[in-house]
Amino acid sequence: MALLATESLTKTYGGRVTALADLTVSVEPGIIGLVGANGAGKSTLIKILLGLLPPTSGRVSVLGLDPTTDPAAVRARVGYMPEHDALPPDLSAAELVTHLGRISGLPRTVARERASEALRHVGLHEERHRAVGGYSTGMKQRVKLAQALVHDPDLLLLDEPTNGLDPAGRDAMLTLIHRIGTEFGISVLVCSHLLGEVERICDTLVAIDGGRLLRADRVSAMTSATDVLAVEVSEGTDDLAIRLAALDLPVAREGRLLLVPLADEATYDLILGAVAELDLPLHRLDQRRHRVAELFATREPSHV
Amino acid sequence: MSELTGVIHDIGYQRYTGPRLGRRHVFGALYLHGVRTAFGLGRSAKAKIFPWLVVAIVLVVAAGLTAVRAQFGEVVMTYAQFADAMSWLVIFFVAVAAPELVSRDLRSGVLPLYFSRPLPRGDYALAKLGALATALWLLLGAPQLVMFLGAAFTTGDGMSGVWHELLDLLPGLLYAALWAVVFASIGLLIASLTGKRAFAAGGIVAIFLMTTPVVGVLSIMPSPTINELAFLASPSTLVGAVGTWALGDLLVPEGQGGGMPIGDFGPVYAAAVVLLVAGCVTLLLLRYRKVAAR
Repeated sequence: MALLATESLTKTYGGRVTALADLTVSVEPGIIGLVGANGAGKSTLIKILLGLLPPTSGRVSVLGLDPTTDPAAVRARVGYMPEHDALPPDLSAAELVTHLGRISGLPRTVARERASEALRHVGLHEERHRAVGGYSTGMKQRVKLAQALVHDPDLLLLDEPTNGLDPAGRDAMLTLIHRIGTEFGISVLVCSHLLGEVERICDTLVAIDGGRLLRADRVSAMTSATDVLAVEVSEGTDDLAIRLAALDLPVAREGRLLLVPLADEATYDLILGAVAELDLPLHRLDQRRHRVAELFATREPSHV
Repeated sequence: MSELTGVIHDIGYQRYTGPRLGRRHVFGALYLHGVRTAFGLGRSAKAKIFPWLVVAIVLVVAAGLTAVRAQFGEVVMTYAQFADAMSWLVIFFVAVAAPELVSRDLRSGVLPLYFSRPLPRGDYALAKLGALATALWLLLGAPQLVMFLGAAFTTGDGMSGVWHELLDLLPGLLYAALWAVVFASIGLLIASLTGKRAFAAGGIVAIFLMTTPVVGVLSIMPSPTINELAFLASPSTLVGAVGTWALGDLLVPEGQGGGMPIGDFGPVYAAAVVLLVAGCVTLLLLRYRKVAAR
């Protein structure tokens, strides 16, 4: 069963602003990165998934449930971490998360236990009885994550969880999200406008732009066969290209570089051999891993 | 547990398979939380000062009235009159408690955390409204209970005296409930419009303050009908007028005078109260329909 599925999902505000346009996507459980620039429609999609906004047209299902007709059932099994500040400053983290646990339907004592467990898992334990107003941004983000976890959801929706964090805080947050997705057995949808950030922890990437789907695929499928050797010679680039093509290597030109897909270790030897035979001055030969960003970048124009 | 072996294990993440309570329990949890919040319980010491100051004042007044009655046998105020006499304190209590209940949530942005849970947005508003009305009713009802207990223990007529007191107390509590519902629905609606607590408090006091002169002006107009309908203009006088109509001499004991000259318009006032409360609740629900979608 698909974790999330949308079919021709469209949302327009007041008939003028189009937030989502004919979005059809289906993803399997795991850690999903939802990437797109600010205003791409990520938050709108999350609100529709939570049943807080009705779609203008199209269908949507979350965990096999329809949030437009049964929002309470969806929300009981989903945890949501909003992007913006969402914490009353005068309550302690423990009180707030306990209270929200009860609003999710946990009995009183269970809510208290699970609140302190959730806060422990996000790395807040000693501090949890202090008022949230005195917390650092990183600690506040952790409290927001803990309140999304307290009722043991099957799916977490995290809207820009690394917002406002310093690099170390970003790494810690991403590691935590990865742990939740792998060790805790909870599927996670991470929204971000920073592709480089989420591609490190996700199994699946969904990229949207202007409310349209750019691409949705498993990260493994996107990055497989994308390891490339970049060859640069000071002169005779064309000769080398012809020579390599003769060796049945699919060569591509990129400016002064020749790009050769790395099949196995023998590819190195073939290239080095060819360079030596032509007696060309080798400037550089290195392996580079295609960043997912480039995959999206090359496809973007054809879709928008 | 791990105490047996003396080793502390990191037990890792535990899934929860126990019961998840339904809508009624969730509503109850939010409602109780709201009643506690109105009295500053579970909040900082600063948040407790004002509510408990008001509670102390009404209880001291009630104790004083009880003492006067026990000593001199003179009934200074009936139960129902007590609510009228305390109305200004109630207004200030609403002006502090209503923003505490809803403006604070608007301001801190915590509402998305509520509305992403299986809590219908209407339930949020109604639980808060119920909590505020309950707090107000307790504020007016508890002193009446003090007065009742004082009277019951000092009555000279045995059980029949106690029974007679009880029959006086119950309408008083009902009248307190009317105050509570009217003030809570107006106060909460105003507070739900802004995240700034100072603005909300000012707005609430203003609504009650500004409408009182209108009543004054209308009641000296040269038309008896307008004079008798003048009390519709302000929530406080509206409640008082309904009390005058429904409770009669319990609110305005014979020989004391000072009742509201509402003529034969009692039912009009009753209908106006119902419409006012229904209108406020409807607007409150509409307000949260809009807020939740943000």
